[in-house]
Order: sequence, then structure tokens, then C-alpha cells
Amino acid sequence: MKLERIRPTVAAALLSLCLGSALAQAPAPIRIGFLATFSGALAPLGRDQYDAFMLAVEQRGGRLGGVQVQVLKEDDQFKPEVGTQLVQKLIERDNVPIITGITGSNVLMAIAKPIAEKQVFLISTNAGPSPLAGAQCSPYQFVASWQADVIAEVVGKYAADKGYKRVALMAPNYQGGKDILAGFKRLFKGEIVGEIYTPLQQLDFSAELAQVTASKPDALFAFYPGAGGVGFVRQYQQAGLLKTLPLLTTGIIDGTTLPALRESALGIVAGHVWGPDLDNTANRQFVQAFEARYDRIPSNFAAQAYDGALLLDSAISTVKGNLSDKIAFAAALKSADFKSIRGKFQFGRNNFPVQDLFIFEAVKDAKGRMTMKSIAAPLKNHADMYAAQCLMK
Amino acid sequence: MTWALLATQLLNGLQLGVLLFLLSAGLTLVLGIMNFVNLAHGSLYMMGAYFAAALYGRTESFLLAAIGALAGTLALGATLERLVISKLYQRDHLDQVMATSGLILVLNEVVRIVWGVSPMFIGLPEALRKTVTVMGFQYPAYRFLVIAVGLLMGAGLYLLIHRTVVGMLIRAGASNAPMVSALGVNIGRINALVFAAGAGLAGVAGAMAAPIFSVQPGMGESVLIQVLVVIVTGGVGSVRGAFYAALIVGVVDTIGRVLLPSLLGQLFESSVAQAAGPALGSILIYLMMAVVLAVRPKGLFPVKHG
Repeated sequence: MKLERIRPTVAAALLSLCLGSALAQAPAPIRIGFLATFSGALAPLGRDQYDAFMLAVEQRGGRLGGVQVQVLKEDDQFKPEVGTQLVQKLIERDNVPIITGITGSNVLMAIAKPIAEKQVFLISTNAGPSPLAGAQCSPYQFVASWQADVIAEVVGKYAADKGYKRVALMAPNYQGGKDILAGFKRLFKGEIVGEIYTPLQQLDFSAELAQVTASKPDALFAFYPGAGGVGFVRQYQQAGLLKTLPLLTTGIIDGTTLPALRESALGIVAGHVWGPDLDNTANRQFVQAFEARYDRIPSNFAAQAYDGALLLDSAISTVKGNLSDKIAFAAALKSADFKSIRGKFQFGRNNFPVQDLFIFEAVKDAKGRMTMKSIAAPLKNHADMYAAQCLMK
Repeated sequence: MTWALLATQLLNGLQLGVLLFLLSAGLTLVLGIMNFVNLAHGSLYMMGAYFAAALYGRTESFLLAAIGALAGTLALGATLERLVISKLYQRDHLDQVMATSGLILVLNEVVRIVWGVSPMFIGLPEALRKTVTVMGFQYPAYRFLVIAVGLLMGAGLYLLIHRTVVGMLIRAGASNAPMVSALGVNIGRINALVFAAGAGLAGVAGAMAAPIFSVQPGMGESVLIQVLVVIVTGGVGSVRGAFYAALIVGVVDTIGRVLLPSLLGQLFESSVAQAAGPALGSILIYLMMAVVLAVRPKGLFPVKHG
């Protein structure tokens, strides 16, 4: 070898030896794909999910489970085909072992199988469609939020407990809307005086509300995600119905829509898995930290994603950052050994949560902001009804 | 269905029709006179709603918010016309569609950057948050205001178009634009005026709609399709056509959505009615448009081209 080549070569060799030994000490950073909806009508949900997840990561100095994490943020635009392409990129180009986030169930249904086939772990912190809770469950697939029907089932139980005899139902005319109303009817045993499905793009409900009022029910149960929900509440209040007809909801009032609705939402009842006033230490700390960091009250979407981060934190810590033993990591995730901000949390057989469900009322807090106050806990340790169809152990 | 319920639904249909008229009047003039397909019209409606919500946040006055929305969209329309639209008059319709689709994306992103992704709050004065009793039914007071404003603007537009010189020039331009230009009228200024006025009308519609619906990015797209149905049914370029077609579409859509499911429920069993009712109700206005076009291909009140 030529003389002038020896020194740089020796230097390079020494350097790589040092680096090599240094890297051998710490586990390699874990890449986590964060796929959610950051544009379009559901953008506030994805934004809340991401903000809360990153809050958890920041609180741990950029680590989860003691290991540095690199969060790759991707926007699926609420389109299954975009989600599928991004998942392909995340798995094949970025080699992520974990994908989390997932706002819309349409995207989740498209990406669930490709992800499980590549043995990549999927932790959904919002969408929870029923096929994945039943026959299409997988040991690589975890839903840390809720199965879609349960947030309606809790309202159905509440309506039955409250003694409502005649209830009218309204939802948009798509599979999600039909599933929600089916979930309500499962636990509500009174009379359904009307079941109205409105066209998906329709934003003006005055005609349907007039019809519902004419049939004189004891209460109205409605499900309208996104823009439709905000309009629905405004129209409900403008029609004077807030004072005369109790409104039971799910998916309409939450931390992302209350700032836009303000007083027009007062007194509306909603069912969900989490609220800002849940009484446990982890939750109080979470709400305080989120408000301090982002200057707004966290929504349930934020809470679900934060719990997802805590779940990953505990699981990665259990396997000491070594994700190559997938069976061990799957077991660590399934054991859900972390202090959830929901209080109690465990996974059922189908890797969907078994959790308490609550009823909230929209009220003003001490600072004059709109928030949700828990008023009932009708379902405890509630599992979804599709677990029996899942054939995993 | 009782008479009271029918009356309420008619009022709902009227209110929807009036909002559709405010939107379609501007678009039909732009399409008829300048032969320009402006898909960004829904975005101008969105900008009107956002201006109103933002101004309400500053002033707590709905009146100021609405006036500000009108002024803002007039200015925005005039600016867009000078910067973008006027360059595209001679181009193919497809180019115009692509350019205005791009405008939709730009305006959505601008709104997202300036005001964020969450829906915006807008309030109403106390008096308008109440209800009015109509035949024993409670009807929102605010909707009467929307109907009143829409009819007022319709009357104003009629007076402008049929009783003023500017209106005469606009009607002439709708009939035969090259001839008007050949006669020495500055057709460029007429075009700018028409486009800005159309934008202003869309802005007022947005401000009126803001307290009823959700003010968020992309709110203009869903209303655009109904507006196109109104324009085609009424006759492109005809404001009178837009007025009648908007009212017809509003009433047919509202009554149809409500009557069809119960009608089907009496003819078929309830599961069929429940599945077919909403689906049929949502395509009713398109069926009506198809029927109208089959009978009168140029629309209900077409402009007579000289």
C-alpha cells in the first residue's frame, strides 16, 4: 500500500473500531411509523393523536422504553390507497418495526393485512373496526383505543338506565353509522320510534330534526363525526331542541369540536372511553402537561394516542429495546403493563381493549372553557362483542 | 305528515333554496357571460364563512361580520379576477377547470395555515338564537333571517340587472359578448365586475351559512355540486333561471328526503325502505335535473342568445 494511503486508512479503521464499540453499547434507535390523517375533515383528530404521542416521547427525552425513537410522520389523507402506499414505504424503505396512529377505519381495513403479513406491529390509537376484532384478529395487531361499537353501546345502556322508553336514532348513511346505531340498539331495550340515515355529504338536518320532533321521542341518539356533527349541534340548538329533547351522542362532541360549539353544546350527553376529569394520577398529569404544552384541552383522540405511547414505552422497556424477538414483544404488548390514563386497561383475546366506559356531559369549566364532565360509568370491564369470533389464544 | 310539519319542511326547503340561489347567481353569470368554468366558487363561499367567523371573533357582532365577509370576498374576487381568471378566458374549459381546481387547493391550504384545521366558532345575537312559533311548530329565528337576506339580495340583483345600465350591459354580455365589445364597451371591466359580484354573493352565502354549519377547510366542496345542478337546471347564464331552479331544488331535495322514506315504508317492508329511502332521497335532485334536461335541454329559463 502507498505511504500516503496508510495514515488515512489506519485512522479510518481506528475510528470505525471506536464507533463500532460505542454503538454496540446502546440499542439502535427504533423507528416508529406514525400514520394518521393530517389533512381534510379529520385533520384535527390526527393532529391531536400526533401531538399527544410526541408529548409522551418528549417527556421521556426522545425515548420510549429507554430507547431513542425516531417517529416518522405520514399523512394518509383519509384515503385507503394513500395509506397503503405509505405503509409500503414505511416497511420496505424505512424498515419500521412498529406502525401506530391510524385515524380512519377505512385506512385501517386496507393496511391491516399487509402489515400483519410483514410481521410488523400495528398499534391503532383510534380506528377499531369490527372485522379486525373478530375473524381478522392478528397477534401483530393491537387496537389501544376502542372497538367502534362500544362507544354507542355505553350510551344505549345509559338510556336504558335513565328510563327512556322511546328513542329516535340518527346517523349518516354508511357502514360506520349503521354499526353505531346497531351498537346502541344492542343495549337499549326500549322502543325505537325512528331510525334515520342521512346521506353522507348532507350537512343540513333541519328537515330530519323536524321529523324527529314530530314523533315525540323521550330522547334522540345521534352520531355525526366531523363537520356534520358541528352543524348538527348548531341546528339542534337553533331549533330550540336543547331545552326540550335530551340529546345523547357519540362522536359529535369532543375536545376538537367543543371550542367551535361553545354554549350551543351545553347539556349534551356523550359516551366515550375517556374524559379530561377521570380521577387518576396519570390522567391529571397528562391533562396538565398537554394543556401546558399545547394551550388547549386534550381530546379523547389525544388521550388514546398518549396511552398508545405509554403502552409502547412499557413493552419496549420489557424487551429491553430488542424487537427482533417478535413473540416476546407481542407478549409484552399484550400484557399491557402500564399506568393507563384511563385507569384500568387490559387487552382482550382479540387485542382490543377491555375497559370501563363513561358518560359525559358538556359543561363549562372553572376557566369558562367548554369541557366534558363525567356523570356516569354504565359499563365496567366491557369487552366488545366480536372477541368470540377471534381464534387467537 | 301533518300540515304543520309540511309547513316547516317547506320553510326548510325555501331556506336551502335561498342559500343555493346566492351561490348559483354568481356562478351562472360567470359561466354565461365569460364562458368561464369557475370550480373555485365553493372556495369563495368558504372564504366568506371564514371572514365572517374571524370578524365575529374580533368584534362579537354578527352584522359587522357579515358586512366584512361581503367586503372581503368582493375584494378577493376582484383580485383573483385580475391575477388569475382574466388570463384564462381564451383558454379551453379543461384548462379553466384545472386552474380553478388548483385555486381550491390553494385556498384550502391558506385557510388551514391562517386559521388551523379545527372548526371555527361563530355566534349569533341573542334574538336570533331563539325560535319562532309557526303553526304550533318551533322554527329557528335565524333561518327566517337567511330567507329574508336571500330574497332581498335576489330583489337587489333583479333591480340591478333589469333596471340599470350596468345590468343591461351584463345581460347583453350574456347574450353576445363579442358584439358588446365591438360596440365599444370595456368588456374587461364588465367581466371583473361580474366576477367580483359573484364572489361577493358567494361570500354572503358563506357568512349566512357559517352559524348553521361547520366552518372548516374544505367546506365549499360539498355545496358546489348542488350549485352546479341548480345552474344547469335553471339555464346557464340566467339569473332568473338560477332563482327558480334554486328554490325548486331546495324544496324538492328537502321534501323528497323527508317524504320518500315514509312513502317507501308504506309500499315496501321497513328494511327495504330504510336502505332505499336515504339513497333515493339523495339522488332525487339529479333525477329531476335529468328530466328537465330531457324536456328542455337548455334549462328552464335559458338566456336567448342573440
